[in-house]
Amino acid sequence: MSHILFVSTALFFIGMYGLFTRRNMITMLMAIELILNSVNINFVVFNKYLYPEKLDGIFFVIFIITIAAAEAAIAIAIIINLYRSHRSIDVDKASEMKW
Amino acid sequence: MRVRLMSASAIIFYIISAFILVAGLLAMTTRKIFRSAIWLLFSLIGVAALYFWLQVEFIAAVQIIVYVGGIVVLIIFSIFLTQQSGNEMPKQPLKRIIFSALAVLSGFGLTFLQIAKYNFQPTTKNFDWSVSKIGSQMLGTKAGGYALPFEVVSMLLLAAMIACIVIAMKAPSHPAPEAKELEDSKKNLARTLELSNIKSQNVLPLEEDLGGAST
Repeated sequence: MSHILFVSTALFFIGMYGLFTRRNMITMLMAIELILNSVNINFVVFNKYLYPEKLDGIFFVIFIITIAAAEAAIAIAIIINLYRSHRSIDVDKASEMKW
Repeated sequence: MRVRLMSASAIIFYIISAFILVAGLLAMTTRKIFRSAIWLLFSLIGVAALYFWLQVEFIAAVQIIVYVGGIVVLIIFSIFLTQQSGNEMPKQPLKRIIFSALAVLSGFGLTFLQIAKYNFQPTTKNFDWSVSKIGSQMLGTKAGGYALPFEVVSMLLLAAMIACIVIAMKAPSHPAPEAKELEDSKKNLARTLELSNIKSQNVLPLEEDLGGAST
């Protein structure tokens, strides 16, 4: 069981690395998807190996996948709109609302 | 140390996890954005394979349908819409790479140690899920039922859909005040015309209109 947890931890921190180093919004979105996937693996593993008579982990995974899909759709709509007005999707260049 | 033969299941697990991690790492480090998206696709397929290995086929199917079939396709579309895929992304400053790698490695080490030290006691009982069980509990209203979160998520999806339409609509290009007045008067004219039309016909179209507005 802990080996699967190691894998999901590694996947989570790979996603964190991508989130830290990338400055392109689409690749940052991809990093977030990786992080959400590692969380999903954790939910399934804990449900299967520690509480096999319950189903709550499965439900959390389903809801996370749903929300991730909605989030990706909205993020991509915002990114494309930003690209229309700025001709660039770098996070450093979109600094109008920076305080 | 005693040499222990690995079972076939363990070997398959290590192959799958190596595939996931290598694909994820390449997705986060390659400088061509389209290749990055393709590596992400492979990593997500690897996660689906891991769910198959864990024998939760339902989640694996959902993973393939939603992530691989939906989100990655959406990401590839947006890549094609926003940039030339052959171009390399600019190199990040070395300082940022080093510091983020340090932060990530230390975080990974900490979590790794915590997991290794904590003594999980996995049960050997069978994990008995079935799609009918999942469905009846998801729409159940008794204790342990997930009917309310289900409804909330459906509202969230509706809100996301409307938000996408609103964001994607072309913004009005700020007409001059006179033009706006002209437009308003046109609208008023159209409305009065509509009203007179409705009066001249039946009451039925009005009701239809109301019904459309309320749904």
